[in-house]
Amino acid sequence: MINPSYAVILGVLLFSVGLYGALRSTNAVRILMCIELMLNAVNLVFVAFSRLRPEAMIAGQVFAIFIMAVAAAEAAVGLAIILQIVRQRGVVYMDKINLLKG
Amino acid sequence: MTLLENIWIVPVLPLVSWVLITFFNRRLGERAATLGTATVLGSFVLSVAAFVALVRHGAPVSSGGLWLSFGSVELSMGFTVDSLAAIMLLVVTVVSSAVHIYSMGYMHGDRRYQRFYGTLGLFTSAMLLLVLADNFLLLLIAWEIMGLCSYLLIGHWFEEAWPRMASMKAFMTTRVGDVAMMIGIWLLFSQTGTFNIVETTQAVAGGQISLAVTTVGALLLFGGAIGKSAQFPLHVWLPDAMAGPTPVSALIHAATMVAAGVYLVARSYGIFLGAPDALLTVATIGGFTALFAATIATVQTDMKKILAYSTISQLGYMMLGLGVGGFVAGTFHLVTHAFFKALLFLTAGSVSHAAGTLEVHKLGGLAKKMKVTFWTFMVGGLALAGIPPLAGFWSKDEILLETFVTGHPVLFWMAILTAFLTAYYMTRLACLVFFGPPRDKHVYEHAHESPRSMTGPLVALGVLAVVAGLPASPLMGKWLVKFLDFGQTLPGLMTGGGAGAGATGAEGAVAAVGHTLAATGAPGGGIVLPIALGAAFLGILIGYAVYGTRQIRRESLIRAFRPVYLLLKNKYYIDEIYLAVFVRPAVRLAELCGLFDNKVIDGAVNGVGSATVAVSAAAGEFDNTVVDGAVNGVASGTMATGQRLRRAHTGLVQSYMVAIYAGAGVSLAVLLWFLFAR
Repeated sequence: MINPSYAVILGVLLFSVGLYGALRSTNAVRILMCIELMLNAVNLVFVAFSRLRPEAMIAGQVFAIFIMAVAAAEAAVGLAIILQIVRQRGVVYMDKINLLKG
Repeated sequence: MTLLENIWIVPVLPLVSWVLITFFNRRLGERAATLGTATVLGSFVLSVAAFVALVRHGAPVSSGGLWLSFGSVELSMGFTVDSLAAIMLLVVTVVSSAVHIYSMGYMHGDRRYQRFYGTLGLFTSAMLLLVLADNFLLLLIAWEIMGLCSYLLIGHWFEEAWPRMASMKAFMTTRVGDVAMMIGIWLLFSQTGTFNIVETTQAVAGGQISLAVTTVGALLLFGGAIGKSAQFPLHVWLPDAMAGPTPVSALIHAATMVAAGVYLVARSYGIFLGAPDALLTVATIGGFTALFAATIATVQTDMKKILAYSTISQLGYMMLGLGVGGFVAGTFHLVTHAFFKALLFLTAGSVSHAAGTLEVHKLGGLAKKMKVTFWTFMVGGLALAGIPPLAGFWSKDEILLETFVTGHPVLFWMAILTAFLTAYYMTRLACLVFFGPPRDKHVYEHAHESPRSMTGPLVALGVLAVVAGLPASPLMGKWLVKFLDFGQTLPGLMTGGGAGAGATGAEGAVAAVGHTLAATGAPGGGIVLPIALGAAFLGILIGYAVYGTRQIRRESLIRAFRPVYLLLKNKYYIDEIYLAVFVRPAVRLAELCGLFDNKVIDGAVNGVGSATVAVSAAAGEFDNTVVDGAVNGVASGTMATGQRLRRAHTGLVQSYMVAIYAGAGVSLAVLLWFLFAR
């Protein structure tokens, strides 16, 4: 059996990649995809810790399933928002969208 | 019976005329006179019916009911028709009707004709209300309405200064007495808890009120009577009240309103009987006023003023009669006097209508020109002088008799002297106005007899001046004396006193009155009639000698009695004394108050005003600088901060995201540091 700590390390790496992508990308779709990456990294860590700590029963795994459901919903809503932005303003780059600039 | 219970309709009728005339003033025009006269005549007819009904019924009838109740105090209001009230109803409605008809001619073409008739109606209504009132409160209300009407009618021609001043003088002088009366009414109310006259009388008779309180209460009530009936020392208003139209003088200032004071004493006679000292005061003031006013009347030169002083004198006579215990004598004289004095005033009005003046030294020889006026004047004058068998003789004789048999020699001789003077000045007046050569050719040629509407009432009143005394004379078995008898007028006192176990002072007094009534034909009384007649004829003789045949020269009389003449001519300087003692100090005080008001009060008010302005200026400055500064400072501070902070808002989602993760990272670092580093 693989040591769960590898899984945690992988999760951290994945999360960092996702975060970097989410912060650095300008394409809205890519930011959404990076956010999905971060969510799945967190899922991985949940499942790994669930394995590391049996006394917590399967709380971590249940969380992972919840997050998948939320992520699906989030992706649907997020894509819909992006679609509307593109339709309204004809642009998909986030650094061009600064209506709320103070 | 039903009429006696619904007697309210009698005073309401003239009131209706007043209301209608007030509301339809213009539209009615001179028809106002018809309306007023019709309502008063209606009241007259009802009064006659009520009188007959009362004679048949034989006992007083009361009506009315609860008016107000607060706490334990219950006030009732109502009317009582007894013999006194019934006779007064007749007197008031008769004189008022005569004056209403007379005024149609006299006031014809007057600028305020409708107002005149309206006020006459209101006055008549108030006087009838006063007569019928069964309690002091209602009586006082009517009393004050009459005062108002008197004021309005004296000042009818208010464009001129004299009527205006006279109306004010009348109102304010009587007010002095009214205040005393009001206090008296409240004093009695505080002791008995009722305004009802019969109940108050019963309380006095039953000894529920101490003698001192009864005396004070009676004297205070008499104070009101002094003011209204122009008794000394509040008589000064009545001669000046002659500034009003003559019909008003006849109705209000001779026959009815001024008699209200006498009526008040008669109405509350039971209270006075409980206070012998108060009764003696009434007699003394009455006797003194009678003589006092008669002396002034002998030298006056204005026909109406002579009659006014004569009225004061005769009212004093009535007071004297009541004061010595002659209830019937006093009220009887009130009735007869109302007829013949109203008659005399109306003849004076007729003279002034015809000749345009009332100054006796400008008149003369009018007998030939104005036959009806002359003859009715003679009837009235002889009645006033007390010549039998005219009305004045019977009532005056009654008063003299009462004064004599109750043992008041000083008052008796004063009254005899008054009778002499009365005969004298009436003869003087008759000679100067109607006999002798015309003194002013122009006035004489201008003179003419008055129209029918004026002579008609003269004749009617003349007839009454002849016959009004008969019901009380032995010719008719002294029927009126029995009818007016004290016991019937105040049955409450008799039954109350009889039921009470202990004989009180009041009951004794009642017995005394009964005694004097019985003593009318008693030995000793027989001497009164010759003395009275002697005085009257002597007065006529001397008056005729001076002014008729001129055997005694007027100028030499004046020279012989110059100080007395001047004293009388100036009415004992009473007006001057009042001017110096009351009016001037009052005016001075008012000026002082005005000065105080101008300087101190106005100064204080203005000071407060300018201080307020100064304070508000300072407050405004504070507001502008400090408060506004603070507010603006906060605002601009907020704005500046906002200007700086707005840069943080880029509007870029990713920059926010960086902040979130940075925050999360810092939080995580702090958490880890707390968990492990320590």
